[in-house]
Amino acid sequence: MNAMPPLGEPASEPVATAQPASDAGPPLASGAAEPSAPLSPTRETLHYALRNPKLLIGLAVVLVLLLTGLFGPLLLDGPDPNAYSGAQAVGPSGEHWFGTTTFGQDVFAQFVYGLRATFLVGVIGGGIAAVIAMLVGFFAGYRGGVLDEVLTMLTNIVLVIPSLAVLLIVNAYLGVRSVPVQGLFIGLTSWPWAARAIRAQTFSLRTRDFVDLARLSGSRTWKIIFREIAPNMSSYLFMTFILLFGGSILIASSLDFIGLGPTDSVSLGLMLQSAQQWSALQLGLWWWFVPPGVGITAVVGALYVANVGLDEVFNPKLRES
Amino acid sequence: MTLTVDDLRVHYRTLRGDVRALDGVSFFVDDGEILGLVGESGCGKTTLGKSLIRMDGRMRHVGGTVTLDGDDVPVGDDRAMNAFRFRRISLVPQYSMSAMNPTRRIGRMIRELLASRGASVDTAELHRRLALVGLKPEVLDRYPIELSGGMKQRTVMVISTLLDPSLLVADEVTSALDVSNQKAVAHALVGLRDQGLVTSMVFITHDLALTSHIADTIMVMYAGLLAEKAPANILTSAPRHPYTRRLLAALPEAGVRRSEGRLSGIEGSPPSLLSPPAGCRFRDRCPLADDRCAEQPPVVEVAPRHHVACWKV
Amino acid sequence: MRRYFARKLLVYVLTFVFAVTVNWLIPRFMPGDPVSAMISRARVSQPEAVEHMRAYYNELFGFDRPVWEQYLHFWSSLLQGDFGISIWVFPQPVSEIILGALPYTLALMIPAILLSWFVGNWLGALAARRKVLDNTVLPAGYLLTAMPYMWIAVLLAWVFGARAGWFPVSGGYSLDIEPSWSWIFFTDALHHWVLPFLSMFLVALGGWAIGMRNMIIYELEADHSSYLAALGAPQRLIRRYAFRNAVLPQITGLALQLGVLVAGALVTEIVFNYPGLGSLILAAIQNRDFFLLQGTFLFIVIGVLIANFVIDLVYVIVDPRTRTGMAGGQS
Repeated sequence: MNAMPPLGEPASEPVATAQPASDAGPPLASGAAEPSAPLSPTRETLHYALRNPKLLIGLAVVLVLLLTGLFGPLLLDGPDPNAYSGAQAVGPSGEHWFGTTTFGQDVFAQFVYGLRATFLVGVIGGGIAAVIAMLVGFFAGYRGGVLDEVLTMLTNIVLVIPSLAVLLIVNAYLGVRSVPVQGLFIGLTSWPWAARAIRAQTFSLRTRDFVDLARLSGSRTWKIIFREIAPNMSSYLFMTFILLFGGSILIASSLDFIGLGPTDSVSLGLMLQSAQQWSALQLGLWWWFVPPGVGITAVVGALYVANVGLDEVFNPKLRES
Repeated sequence: MTLTVDDLRVHYRTLRGDVRALDGVSFFVDDGEILGLVGESGCGKTTLGKSLIRMDGRMRHVGGTVTLDGDDVPVGDDRAMNAFRFRRISLVPQYSMSAMNPTRRIGRMIRELLASRGASVDTAELHRRLALVGLKPEVLDRYPIELSGGMKQRTVMVISTLLDPSLLVADEVTSALDVSNQKAVAHALVGLRDQGLVTSMVFITHDLALTSHIADTIMVMYAGLLAEKAPANILTSAPRHPYTRRLLAALPEAGVRRSEGRLSGIEGSPPSLLSPPAGCRFRDRCPLADDRCAEQPPVVEVAPRHHVACWKV
Repeated sequence: MRRYFARKLLVYVLTFVFAVTVNWLIPRFMPGDPVSAMISRARVSQPEAVEHMRAYYNELFGFDRPVWEQYLHFWSSLLQGDFGISIWVFPQPVSEIILGALPYTLALMIPAILLSWFVGNWLGALAARRKVLDNTVLPAGYLLTAMPYMWIAVLLAWVFGARAGWFPVSGGYSLDIEPSWSWIFFTDALHHWVLPFLSMFLVALGGWAIGMRNMIIYELEADHSSYLAALGAPQRLIRRYAFRNAVLPQITGLALQLGVLVAGALVTEIVFNYPGLGSLILAAIQNRDFFLLQGTFLFIVIGVLIANFVIDLVYVIVDPRTRTGMAGGQS
């Protein structure tokens, strides 16, 4: 449900440092002590990436869960994760790895399908939010003036309204049948903090030499934005996307839990909801409510940790010490 | 003799190994002298400036000594250096525009800083010094964000010299300013010396022309080593080292300064200091180089106070 | 400073207008007839009563009138404090139901938000100082922020409620006690309050700790810290300055996080069946009581706007730059 991850926007000020040396001319004024003959920027980034435990562990966890979601369903007996497959309310065993619900549904089957829904809502919600945030952020930051005023005002308005509350109204009236629709609505409401961050970064980039050069050579606005500005903050954009991805997953799980989840799918949030609804807690069926929570926490937590790792890789200031 | 640096070696730790940013540099600065320190980016001048007051986390003192007024300066010991900082050696940093805490009024920051060093504020004296660089006492009630770039720079100059240090390191203080401000700041620095607020000064810059206006002595560095050091008028009129000559030739006209009087007019680039080549380090770019230059040239005093490291003098 | 507040207020007013408009608009996009959808769920058996209700809600939505008139009508009844009548507990007014639930939500949220902010910032500042703490606070912080609020609530309810039996896991007070201003009721309510409070507190805590740690480290690497260090200022002074600067974005962060924190409170209440707004929302959804849902939505928006304004006031007091008319606080 974290519309804006409390970790803050991608830390510190990546643009100033994650900036490839694209300025024309010799960097004489920098007074840098490091001499010439550097590694290529890509190779250097890779060098640090492969040695960053946070990034590697985070990615590994995400990857394992992603593969479980993708290929897990293939290992199951039937196509329906909600099928009443066996004994009711039995604990984890060789036959039912995660046990069964009060109705005899296999928790593991629900879990692997639920992981799919989790990743899907993250990709769709995070992706849509990232696209809106980039459009708003780039144009507000680059064009400035009245456009900036209007877009910033809009951003602030959407930012102040609690997005879950809006989603409640929208979902309750319009109904949400599938995970992609849920992702769409989440994406439409969770972009503001990212738009603000991207606007600020764009603002600081637009006065750089290479942008001036492109402007002088007559490039159009959108061309400058996507050829000059966006590539120069690509690492920042990527980290923003990761945070939006994680945020979408958490919002979706809250909606599912309140009972406004997709009606034709299984998701980790819906599993928590039915566990709650059918008193798994009181009945002591811990295997019903522990796995979905672990799944969400692991995906989101691993994404956050990988993000910190990425920040260290891209931001030389954070590398030492 | 105020400052003596003897065979100072400071390395930068990097992933690819140690960068020998300062590879054995010796020089002295007299009482009342302003030493201009010039060179291309990466020649070691900024490393030298930092070594004299505060090394950053990646720098390592490998060898050599620094002496100030007869006392050994423990450049490699961050804690022990605190006794020298501010009181005897001070700094006007490259980042003067952002050197003051944005959320404290300047006057209060000065008070708290001085109190933390066991000194107290003499308000009248503080006002006098502000006036000296053309600032009104009201700046003390302001936040840094309310001051212009030039005002911030001058405020930092006053703060840094409040305890009358023996040595002031001014590191690229003019690089962020426009031409008219550069001159004003440079003259303000000379004023600090003339008023006796600082005894001596090391003025680090990439701008040879500007240095020649304010420095008594100019020292040219190349690839972590001293290339030539001489009184300012001699160095600009009768340079001996081929590198110095090329630097001067890169300026459009002696005495006239281009707005972008940077040292970019020389072909080639300095050697890597990860594993510097044997012999003279300027050899690859030098028009006079011959077989003899395969051996590293020693620093020789070719005339009084004129030191050159080149076989061809 | 006047300009700063004028801008803020403009944003809040526009936000409110926007929220009310969304509230008005969404039901009109609903496939089918909202009135029938609502009434079909109402637990009323007499046909006359159903007809009476249908007439009432049709009048309220006013679908037979022009759109602009519907919109104005919506605003005018809103400004008179009329949020409509609930279906779930027909015929109680929505505003009454909400006002009855509000104290529970506030009693849960305000302490959880403020305490997690203070303790989190304190932990983060400590972590930035000591390597050992950093290695424990940081991973724990990431784990906590990645947890869905309702899941940590379920875990706490299971461990300390269902298993250990230390705390009740359902309701705001015991069923055999009537709410009153008595000591017995207070201790009983407090007993019910502990677990929901704790779960909200814990999730929020992690985020603040991580944010504070990162901000302090960033401030310690900033130029103004290097300058103090170059002039030999003791670590104590440098850290004090860094802390002060780092707190400012955390205050802005509190405003940005409000929506998330409110959402957390709602789902936490649902887990514990706590009689606040969250449980109202659940009931409204289960009973298709749209008026109750919309009323709760507007109350939440108003609450968040008020809280934002309070934070703005605090920010002006804490950040001197906003007072001098400089661009200190970003909106």
